Amino acid sequence: MSEICLQIDGKEVKATETMTVLEAARAAGIAIPTLCNHEKLESYGACRICVVEAETSGKPRLVAACVFPVQKDMVVKTRSEKVDRTRRVLLEEMLAHAPDSEELQKLAVEYGADKDRFEKEASFCILCGLCVRYCAEVKKKDALGFVDRGAKREIAFIPEIAARECWDCKECFPLCPTSALQAAYVLTEALAFPAARRRHS
Amino acid sequence: MPRIHSPAELEAFRKEIVSKRDPDRPCIAVCTGTGCLALGAAKVVGALREEIKKQGLESRVDIKVDLRETGCPGFCERGPVLVIYPEETCYLQVQPGDAGEIISRTILGKEIIDRLLYVHPVTGEKSIRESEIPFYKNQMRLLIGNNIRLDPKSIEDYLALGGYSALPKALFQMKPEQVVGLVKDSKLRGRGGAGFPAGSKWEFARNSAGDTKYVVVNADEGDPGAFMDRALLEGNPHAILEGFTIGAYAIGAHEGYFYVRQEYPLAVENVTIAIKQAEDHGLLGKNILGSGFDFAVKVHRGAGAFVCGEETALLRSLEGKPGEPKARPPYPAVKGLWDKPTNINNVETWANVPLIVNNGAEFLTSIGTEKSKGTKIFSLVGKVKNTGLVEVPMGITLRNIIYQVGGGIPGDKKFKAVQTGGPSGGCIPEQYLDMAVDFDELAKVGAIMGSGGMIVMDEDTCMIDVAKYFLNFLTDESCGKCTPCREGIRQMLKILTNISEGRGKEGDVEMLEMLAETTRDASLCALGGSAPNPVLSTIRYFKDEYDAHIKEKRCPAFVCKTLIHFYIDPEKCQACMICLRKCPANAITGGKNVIHVIDQEKCTNCGTCFEVCPSRFGAVRRLSGEPVPPPLAEEARQLAERVKR
Repeated sequence: MSEICLQIDGKEVKATETMTVLEAARAAGIAIPTLCNHEKLESYGACRICVVEAETSGKPRLVAACVFPVQKDMVVKTRSEKVDRTRRVLLEEMLAHAPDSEELQKLAVEYGADKDRFEKEASFCILCGLCVRYCAEVKKKDALGFVDRGAKREIAFIPEIAARECWDCKECFPLCPTSALQAAYVLTEALAFPAARRRHS
Repeated sequence: MPRIHSPAELEAFRKEIVSKRDPDRPCIAVCTGTGCLALGAAKVVGALREEIKKQGLESRVDIKVDLRETGCPGFCERGPVLVIYPEETCYLQVQPGDAGEIISRTILGKEIIDRLLYVHPVTGEKSIRESEIPFYKNQMRLLIGNNIRLDPKSIEDYLALGGYSALPKALFQMKPEQVVGLVKDSKLRGRGGAGFPAGSKWEFARNSAGDTKYVVVNADEGDPGAFMDRALLEGNPHAILEGFTIGAYAIGAHEGYFYVRQEYPLAVENVTIAIKQAEDHGLLGKNILGSGFDFAVKVHRGAGAFVCGEETALLRSLEGKPGEPKARPPYPAVKGLWDKPTNINNVETWANVPLIVNNGAEFLTSIGTEKSKGTKIFSLVGKVKNTGLVEVPMGITLRNIIYQVGGGIPGDKKFKAVQTGGPSGGCIPEQYLDMAVDFDELAKVGAIMGSGGMIVMDEDTCMIDVAKYFLNFLTDESCGKCTPCREGIRQMLKILTNISEGRGKEGDVEMLEMLAETTRDASLCALGGSAPNPVLSTIRYFKDEYDAHIKEKRCPAFVCKTLIHFYIDPEKCQACMICLRKCPANAITGGKNVIHVIDQEKCTNCGTCFEVCPSRFGAVRRLSGEPVPPPLAEEARQLAERVKR
């Protein structure tokens, strides 16, 4: 595997061809915030909080560090006025849904995000998909998934599978950056499991 | 079905078809594309068939008439459209009742039926031939011109017109690299939206490592009001199939897919028939025309998601996964369908390929502007007289499209803006009407070519309402995977809704711009990347309308219902009772000789009173941004003493 050189925040960084910008930065001890990224899961590129400014040929543009592959001689800035502004707006958009998330609040302090910028729409979920992807990729159970699309997108447990699989697992709970997952689970449980559970026990 | 084993056999077969056809034999071509079908074309065809029988043409030896059901020639506004060959007499808005006369007078009597001709709305001049009608005269119909000349379900019709002559040329006279080079030289740019050079895209896929490669026709045409690809697929499927096969050969793919949106049943039907016919004739499948090249094609129906027009989402959908975009790079040319190198082009892009192979790269480069070559099909809709499909050379001005081809704005209203590029396109104001239409010029003014949607808007259009409409569409059609697209559109739509309902506040425009920037620059795919265009372009050119809505709570176009009121001018009201009777909310009081008054509490702002008030009275007024005058006192409402006008 051939090694390539790139520049991150003014620092010369060596990386292998198959790495993403995020991996290269982390290997070099440079921190980039992430929300939907997880070491056990395939990169997803959804929350976009890891956006960085990357210059490959021509003018710099925003790319998601977690999915963008490193390229020879690329110049990356993990912080800039543009990066910070973008992260701030993204955080404010997410805080409208999960204002009490500690993870979001921590980032909000760093980027000056106002949790009250937008009207609250408390779904509690920021749709990072960690739970859905963990269940599919690691546990291979698909006990929950996304339903609907656009602004109506949400996560939902599939009662038939969840009733069978979730009791003894719940490994996705600690992954959730908000408390949405647990809430969704408890709701599903309340609505659909009791009967199923009784039948099984 | 004869299976053809070589180019020589193909030419012999073509000769045989042509020799059986008498060019002087009358042929009635009726458009049975989706538009004309909706206007009753099937009944017209049925009536003509009946009349042919009734008037004894079937048993006559001296005169035979052909009846051909064709795809869309574009003039949907005047459908059902009918063209009679060999004279090319064009009849518009034909009804089943006209069938008898068409057979007796035009076919047998060689007479023209005046009332079915096109009449110029200003000069009153009549046009007999299709090519003389201004709508067509100002077009350059390289791709859709043949639609009315062939039955899309007949491969013989396509062959008779010279179809499938580019395929043997590519397979037997050119190496795959040469085909790629030719398309590169033609400077053909992708017609799906972004305008990426097609030849370069082909080259990437060709040069990607791997033996298995795929090609895909993107026929997931989802822009509201756009139907260019549908017309091509329904009207001339073999042309696309021919271009597609040539592309597969050039790229080195042996499997291909037509990804057609669910809502296009006729397109699916015609493409499926075309594939079957081509296979039966040895023009598709194993060892095409004896060349040793294999290519198999399947049709895949989309499942109703706009975002699947985006290539990575389309490919995932084709794999049977949810239609959500994936980050690029890696590009499909490297890692596409089932992780194999894949080349995906729009219907119209593929349709250009046979033209280029047949006529050379210079043929295309001789048309258009420096960086945009060839023609482009637009679906011209909205407030324009001649709505329909138009194919024009790149570089034509917007004014020319709207006024020459489109015939201008109905009711002689004032032009306000033209929206190009579908829901994530931009609104272009009057000052740019003389701009040359090509990929780069449109981008410069904040719009996009997109796949060719063109919506004309007149003075009665509110630009806030327009931006709101498109964002509403996009908030449903975004896949919802990435934050900036899902949340950015949601927040922008909320602000626009507030503005249109009188809750706009200082700083809203700046907030919209900030959200737009994040959505545009941080989104995962092109849907989010272009979603803010309706907002940004309306702010850029119609800032005054935003100000009017926000500061004065006034909608200048009288569209935003919360901001308008209807008011009956007591000086002008003749107490005619028309509006009173028509008001669906029973909000108008009054009576015979009693001046009418609108109860603002009950009024739903539907505008019926405004529409029905006789124009000679003009008593109903629309108000916006000003208070409604108090109603007259009860005793002052008697009209008896006033002289009635």
